Amino acid sequence: MPEPFRVILFIIFVMAFAGLNAAYLVWCERKGAGHIQRRIGPKEVGPFGLLQPIADGIKLMTKQLFLPKGADPLLFMAAPLMVMVPAIMSFMVIPFSETFVAREVNIGLLMIFAFASVNVLGLLLGGWGSGNKYAVIAAARCVSQNIAYEIPMLVTTITMVMVTNTMNLNEIVRAQAGWFFHWHIFRLDISLLMPVAFLIFFVCSLAETNRAPFDMAEAESELIAGAYTEYPGMGFGVFFMGEYANIVIGCALSVILFLGGWQSPIPFHPVGFLGVIWGLFWFLTKLYALIFTVIWIRWTYPRTQFYELLNLSWKVLIPISLFNLILTALQIKIFPWL
Amino acid sequence: MSGYFKELISGTKSLFIGLGITGKYFFEPVVTMQYPMEHVEMTPRFRGHIELIPDEETGEPKCVVCGMCQKGCPSKCISLEGEKREGVKGKVLTKYILNFTTCSLCGQCVESCKFGAIRFSKDYNLAGPRKEDFIFDLIKRLKEKS
Amino acid sequence: MNGLFQQDVNQETFILNLGPQHPATHGVLRVKLEMDGEYIVDAEPVLGYIHRMHEKMGENRTWAQFLPNCGRMDYLSALSYNHGYVAAVERAAGIEVPERAEYLRVITVELNRISSHLLWFGAFVLDLGGFTPLLYAFDDREQILDLLESVTGSRLTYCYFRFGGVYNDIDDSFITGTREFIKRLRKRMPMYDALVTKNIILIKRLKDIGPISKDMARRYGATGPVARGSGIDFDVRKHEPYSVYSEFDFDIPVYEEGDSMARYMVRMDEIEQSMRIIEQALDKLPEGEIQPKKAVKLVKPEKGDYYHAVEAARGSFGVRIVSDGTNSAYRLKLRSPTYSNLSLFGEASRGMLLPDALALMGSLDLVIPEIDR
Repeated sequence: MPEPFRVILFIIFVMAFAGLNAAYLVWCERKGAGHIQRRIGPKEVGPFGLLQPIADGIKLMTKQLFLPKGADPLLFMAAPLMVMVPAIMSFMVIPFSETFVAREVNIGLLMIFAFASVNVLGLLLGGWGSGNKYAVIAAARCVSQNIAYEIPMLVTTITMVMVTNTMNLNEIVRAQAGWFFHWHIFRLDISLLMPVAFLIFFVCSLAETNRAPFDMAEAESELIAGAYTEYPGMGFGVFFMGEYANIVIGCALSVILFLGGWQSPIPFHPVGFLGVIWGLFWFLTKLYALIFTVIWIRWTYPRTQFYELLNLSWKVLIPISLFNLILTALQIKIFPWL
Repeated sequence: MSGYFKELISGTKSLFIGLGITGKYFFEPVVTMQYPMEHVEMTPRFRGHIELIPDEETGEPKCVVCGMCQKGCPSKCISLEGEKREGVKGKVLTKYILNFTTCSLCGQCVESCKFGAIRFSKDYNLAGPRKEDFIFDLIKRLKEKS
Repeated sequence: MNGLFQQDVNQETFILNLGPQHPATHGVLRVKLEMDGEYIVDAEPVLGYIHRMHEKMGENRTWAQFLPNCGRMDYLSALSYNHGYVAAVERAAGIEVPERAEYLRVITVELNRISSHLLWFGAFVLDLGGFTPLLYAFDDREQILDLLESVTGSRLTYCYFRFGGVYNDIDDSFITGTREFIKRLRKRMPMYDALVTKNIILIKRLKDIGPISKDMARRYGATGPVARGSGIDFDVRKHEPYSVYSEFDFDIPVYEEGDSMARYMVRMDEIEQSMRIIEQALDKLPEGEIQPKKAVKLVKPEKGDYYHAVEAARGSFGVRIVSDGTNSAYRLKLRSPTYSNLSLFGEASRGMLLPDALALMGSLDLVIPEIDR
């Protein structure tokens, strides 16, 4: 396929993927929360409430967009986009299957992290720009949270880069070919703390996406809706979609780094078009299993406090991830044949 | 230092136990009742708004217009009128209005009635868009029921 | 831009209005917070948004007509309030209550206390950001409401007690239902314990957060679980026994720490103690009348000043009656526990972070209509 068409096709696919994910993850979230709490969840709109996200979307779109008094018009309008756009951009380097990737960038990992930090900026500016006291507090929390989780996350990522010798996401997945025990999470021969490293990465990605139990920036029982307090209609809707797109990115990254990406658990990989489908199937299965865990976690725990997150980060996550880095380096150096 | 690790391990364990509990409930049947689709039978003692009890023979209300319910009501939401009629002992009820907007369903009226003429109804789907919907004419309601 | 950012540049603090509409205040309570960043410099609860003149109503209604008002003050433990008022009037008018009626009062009040504590438990965890325990607690609470509905005819504002007795007698299905419920709740408590109490996030959020010293609790007149969480061993049921409470064997949970966790633990332990009381009461339940033989027709207490306190779910609820011998009170003073419990919030929350202060506020178990009355 000629290059420009390929790119346009991917852009359409990625945007549709992000949008549908946001819509139907909300549905999953509400259904999942419902069943965890022993109720049904949405059921009125369409079969099993499947049309509920569309009804929600129409509701959000028909709401009046207005600028609160005292808000900064530019920042207020730009902030939702600053959350949404980087998330969509990040999808560009995610390998859904071996050949099913928009751009195989050599520094894909770096690119995702670069875009991920824009997300925080979006929340910060949105909170600040709306000129609401609760939103400003939420924005300030966002920044302090940012410091807390990015360090252990990056240290863990560096460990993985050290193991695979590449920042190309597709290469990282290829390095985990074969049986499921070749996935990085089970590679105790590389580092004894690999499962712990996965946990650290997963916890940090929860914090990165402002998900419970680290949703201090939203904290509905303390700060009404945190940074989103003043956002009407689709302004809020875009924030929401961005949040879910970020969850998908975070989980996709966990799957790629630790759970073997599009690799199936058995050493079997058909060639050609079937191979694309096969890889896609395994990637999405793992991805949605992780996303379900994220939802599951949200409906289980109370919210942490941001100084607790700092405590957790500095006293637990950073030391362990640093230790893991050194341990991995030693193990690679001592047993280079592995 | 050992306290640190102890807390770390027990804390992580507590988190997984929590996940286990919610995960278990995820697969258990729902306990909620789908209210507008399912009709709930009220218990015999349910205190709905009051209604008049008809005389078994004539079907007319048993009320003798003594006005005790009106007097006993804390929120003054009952108003009733009666008239003397030829050939009937005592008074005959002509109007019994319950202003349900101020009624607090305390049941003082039912208790103060010495003639057993009023009781609690079992109606509970009483939502309405207008205030006037809640000014109940109990005689009319009684006729509609029978 | 105007407003927030154009205040005096040298001013370091800002005013944050928490409420009157805010998810954490559970009602129309407004707390005026002076904030330095996210630290609270000063907090001032502003009351009166749901003031309904219950005391004045008591002066204008006959004694019996005030009964439905009791349930509307603290709608979560309506029966305790009913009990407090009824007992005060009985003391004033010298009405004897049959023993069976007293037992029924104790059983229903304790069931109501459990339902109130369960709801508080859920709402408190909701304040801390955990949604699911609320609905588990509601699941259990529904059972209590069903039980109480079958006896009293109502699910929230029961209005079950009458001067000299209770309105309805219970039947066997209520007794077996209650026993089954207790069995069920006993099984559920370890689940709550594992899901919430032992959860490391919850422990970190509550332990050593929002300490209220014994002295502070005394100064503000705090009662109930707030006082018992601060090490004050006081429970009206035990120390000024009324009704038939002196016949039961139960403990008063007291925690010395005074932090939010202590108040949490007091309430969770009280659920267990209430279950014990109910079981004993069901075992000992005497046969007999539920109203005095000579029905109470017209209540006219002698001239005088009377007081009766009961232990409601939130603390000591006192009713002071000044009677001039007519069929309504000359003065009716209602001492509501959360009013005192809330008063200490200003002092206790000074210097705390906002989320911690809200955890403290949640642990006080506020019911706003009861504060404003």
